[in-house]
Amino acid sequence: MTTAQVSSGQTPSGRLSPGPRAKRTGGARRAERTRRALRTLGFLSPWLVGFSVFFAYPLISTVYFSFMKYDGFTAPTWVGLRNWVYVLQDSPFFWPSLRNMLWLVLVMVTCRVVFGLGIGLLITKVKAGAGLFRTLFYLPYLAPPVAATMAFVFLLNPGTGPVNTILGALGLPEPDWFSSASWSKPSLTLLALWCIGDLMVIFMASLLDVPKEQYEAAELDGAGPWQRFRYVTLPNISPIVLFAVITGVIATMQYYTEPLVAAKVASGVIGGSGQTFEPGYPDKSTLTVPHVIYNLGFQRFDTGAACVVAIVLFVLAMIFTGFLMRRRSGFMAAED
Amino acid sequence: MTQTTLSPLRKGGTAAGAATGRGTALRAARRRAVLRWIAVHSLAIAAALFFLLPFVFVFLTAVMSDDQALTRELWPHTWEWGNFATVWHTPGFLTWWRNTLLYAGLGTVLAVASSIPVAYALAKFRFRGRNLMMMLVIAAMMLPPQVVIVPMYLFWAKQLDLAGTLWPLIVPFAFGNAFTIFLLRQFLLTIPREYTEAARIDGCGEFRTMVRVVLPMARPAIAASALFHFFYCWNDYFGPQIYVSENPAAWTLSYGLESFKGAHQTDWNLTMAATVMIMAPVIVVFFFAQKAFIEGVTLTGVKG
Repeated sequence: MTTAQVSSGQTPSGRLSPGPRAKRTGGARRAERTRRALRTLGFLSPWLVGFSVFFAYPLISTVYFSFMKYDGFTAPTWVGLRNWVYVLQDSPFFWPSLRNMLWLVLVMVTCRVVFGLGIGLLITKVKAGAGLFRTLFYLPYLAPPVAATMAFVFLLNPGTGPVNTILGALGLPEPDWFSSASWSKPSLTLLALWCIGDLMVIFMASLLDVPKEQYEAAELDGAGPWQRFRYVTLPNISPIVLFAVITGVIATMQYYTEPLVAAKVASGVIGGSGQTFEPGYPDKSTLTVPHVIYNLGFQRFDTGAACVVAIVLFVLAMIFTGFLMRRRSGFMAAED
Repeated sequence: MTQTTLSPLRKGGTAAGAATGRGTALRAARRRAVLRWIAVHSLAIAAALFFLLPFVFVFLTAVMSDDQALTRELWPHTWEWGNFATVWHTPGFLTWWRNTLLYAGLGTVLAVASSIPVAYALAKFRFRGRNLMMMLVIAAMMLPPQVVIVPMYLFWAKQLDLAGTLWPLIVPFAFGNAFTIFLLRQFLLTIPREYTEAARIDGCGEFRTMVRVVLPMARPAIAASALFHFFYCWNDYFGPQIYVSENPAAWTLSYGLESFKGAHQTDWNLTMAATVMIMAPVIVVFFFAQKAFIEGVTLTGVKG
């Protein structure tokens, strides 16, 4: 439904005027049109199949299962809104996961955008060894999330981790990081800041696109560095900032691997397959909405409740995707 | 701007120059330039430490002895290169490699091959519903995979009985990947219409125009999207957790690494050695294909 809303904001373009071909006979024109339509369909066919089988069909099933009681073994039975009531009222995990999401959106996304912009600015100012710095700043982004998370759980482990060793040597307080409910999300934020490479590159490219003349004009008017940033840089890159915020929010909605691996490794409750693990260690502080779907659907075999959470996630994600498409026409159109 | 031609290392202003007012102003400007140079580069070095030190500490721990890894010391007493061999010979480790290469390799080839014609049509054809199609691609790209995972799992596990194999991970990529389509289309839009029109006038069919004229020009974008896809699979944890967790013979590196830590509860040195071994190929490939990566990221964010 949000898709329809978005399409109304779109200008109808790409229609061919029938002009030059109006002379031809109706039959030839119809044949030509059919041929073109078939050709287009042929090129699009992988995606048409893929979209139907891997998005549309499961999405409809998700809605269907949200009204069913189904454990994956016995036949599904209709239970009306009972799954919805369970998730919204009785589930111990749903609301904490939403609260965590809010925290991550407000703090982690903000930190990432500010830090990414800062690093992007820095790299455009560096004269000596710019290539080396850029490579170094980008590299962590490529590290496999599981490996990066394991590395950070090790680096930040309260007992023997290098970070606390150094903090201790400097006489600073040594937080419990991933083992403490109040420090686990800041620890994840730190990890997210380490993997800032993609944002850095996007900001760097857009900063280099700001017209030089505007800086020169501002300087002639006596603008200092802060004023140049505020009145020249920021207006020029604001579409990219918005893009970074919205994609950041969407990424936060699917945030899965890092908090799960951190929670498992930090709690020490891992031992291969089949072992159940209370998600969100410590004290639900790293629980995200996708974890709740996994927990309900694949650990408790409560398909219906898992689908309810999936629908909530879908609606939230589509609202933000709608924003993205509305506010950044460049993302979509770019007509030839 | 102040960062003109002055080398920051050249000492500014002589005593004679300072005598005149102009000389003083010049010297002040020069001093500002030097100070700014120092400030920017010290900031950059501080940031570099933040990005580099985690790698360094992980590596140093990877070559520590078992005993030392339990202490707070940061520099290894002895360099235990054998830790890497120990990890390599851990049961299952080679299987994880094979599975990962299979998943990432096959998945990438399928995803790119099936996404090219779709991206081509979305960039070069004019047809009704094109904008709607494009919106569906973007929506699919943004959709959290967890939204459809429950029915997808039921489909693979109950209807096709393929849970525990790599098929549910690989096969979907044969039907176009939203991100790959998006990235390729962004690039194809930048290829001027004249090329395709010239080919058409020469009597080329659409398919031949795509293969012979456009794809050779799109090589950098294809390389970038292939790399991104390969690393997506390489890094994927969620997919393997859902589909192959019950069958250790089908685990991939990212999924296996975590269970590796479970089996070596206290051995941070071995865990970090395994971490290094999973990060290493990524880093090596990056050094060879830096340009493609950077171009790919830029294409996703800036174009238009």
